[in-house]
Amino acid sequence: MAQPAGLLFSKDHEWVKLDGDVATIGITDYAQSSLGDIVYVELPRVGATLQQFTGIGVVESVKAVSDIFTPLGGEVLEINPAIDADPALVNREPFGGGWFYKLKLGDDAEKNNLMSGADYDKLIAQA
Amino acid sequence: MNGEPLRRTALFDVHRALGARIVPFGGFEMPVQYAGILAEHEAVRKRAGLFDLSHMAQFELRGAGVAAWADALTVNHVATMKPLQARYNVFTNDAGGARDDVIFYRLPDRWLLIVNAGNAHKMWAHLQAECRGEVQLTDLRGERALIAVQGPRSAEVLAPLVAADIAALKYYACVETKAGGVNALVARTGYTGEDGFEVFLPADAASRFWEALTAENRDRLTPCGLGARDVLRLEAGMPLYGHELTEEITPLQAGLGWAVKFAKPAFIGKAALAAQAAADDYPRIAGLVLDGRVPARAGYRVFRDGHVTGQIRSGSIAPSVGNRSIATALLEPGSATVGTRLGIEVRGTEHPATTVALPFYKRGA
Repeated sequence: MAQPAGLLFSKDHEWVKLDGDVATIGITDYAQSSLGDIVYVELPRVGATLQQFTGIGVVESVKAVSDIFTPLGGEVLEINPAIDADPALVNREPFGGGWFYKLKLGDDAEKNNLMSGADYDKLIAQA
Repeated sequence: MNGEPLRRTALFDVHRALGARIVPFGGFEMPVQYAGILAEHEAVRKRAGLFDLSHMAQFELRGAGVAAWADALTVNHVATMKPLQARYNVFTNDAGGARDDVIFYRLPDRWLLIVNAGNAHKMWAHLQAECRGEVQLTDLRGERALIAVQGPRSAEVLAPLVAADIAALKYYACVETKAGGVNALVARTGYTGEDGFEVFLPADAASRFWEALTAENRDRLTPCGLGARDVLRLEAGMPLYGHELTEEITPLQAGLGWAVKFAKPAFIGKAALAAQAAADDYPRIAGLVLDGRVPARAGYRVFRDGHVTGQIRSGSIAPSVGNRSIATALLEPGSATVGTRLGIEVRGTEHPATTVALPFYKRGA
């Protein structure tokens, strides 16, 4: 299944949409499908400084707790206010209304540690 | 379990064809969900859900001495059961802790005992060790399947495939009849808090019966996995062995005092339970509702005024309780009083919660 165009992906199943030095981050359709019904998302506070590939929050399904590893480092600019009241939005629109947070990118070179949609497709095909 | 290869029920291929997510449970590869836990939960509360429970061990007991023998091993009455009646019971250890919680079905010429899959080996060994010739024990695992239909529309879903008049069957009653054309036991029992039936039938007839049920009821019967079953039973305040009941947690602590019959002359653990009841100072299972939506998971610590007062045993988001985060906890007696304000530690932060009466959900309420 092809991933949406113009996104970068981490091996931890997060996606990144870059707009200048602002990154919007969420989890992939594959991730939400694997997790099942999402009932709670815990995200960092606005203003927090994150290091690439570290655990910065959790996403919880009915049965399980999973860590969120930020695919890029930087300062948190905004968290999605909609998913606190409606966590199932992440299941319904993982690449749209179910985004998690926006970052002001710290080091532009970090995006070289991410992969294309085509490479991400290969990764999940092996899973 | 114990390094043995995982077993499959007679319905394994049916589950896989339905796209079920399969997980190890109680020594079996079982479906945890099909379309999704919340959709399956809703189906059971509003229409009807279809469950494969063939992983649960079915033991057959025969002999004139069964009732007296079983009365000495369990807390609830067995001898007072009438033919075609089912009854919940708990096998105890010497300290009054629960070896397993079970259901006895009394049939005209024999008894059926259903034990938890995860306790099957332990219980079989216990029954054999306690058996002194007065009871003939047969392990029916592998030969028999168990299919449950649960939900407000379960009678109309099941009736066309069962010869007996199941609508007339009382709660916790059973009938030997034909289901899907084969000899079966149909009981009005379940573990969801809804009306429902459990059908015990030969393993080699299970797939055909499942397919017939789903073919007749496309718009009102939803295959449901163990994930939905766990949320349903938690909302209904029913214990799950290993969580609210263990070898260390007695039936009294689990809130099952109604099932402990001290009038029985003797049973394993009676003295310990009597002492526990008299002292009335034991940690006990209580219901908690959190202020917020964070799930409280088994093992999380519960605080009261800065001190640990207990531990979460089960927890979930509860669609039938306004999508609140609910949990059971084993609490010091003073914290188990309804209305007590407590804190549940989640990833280092205390989240406020209130002790409530069980069950969280009652049908028709």
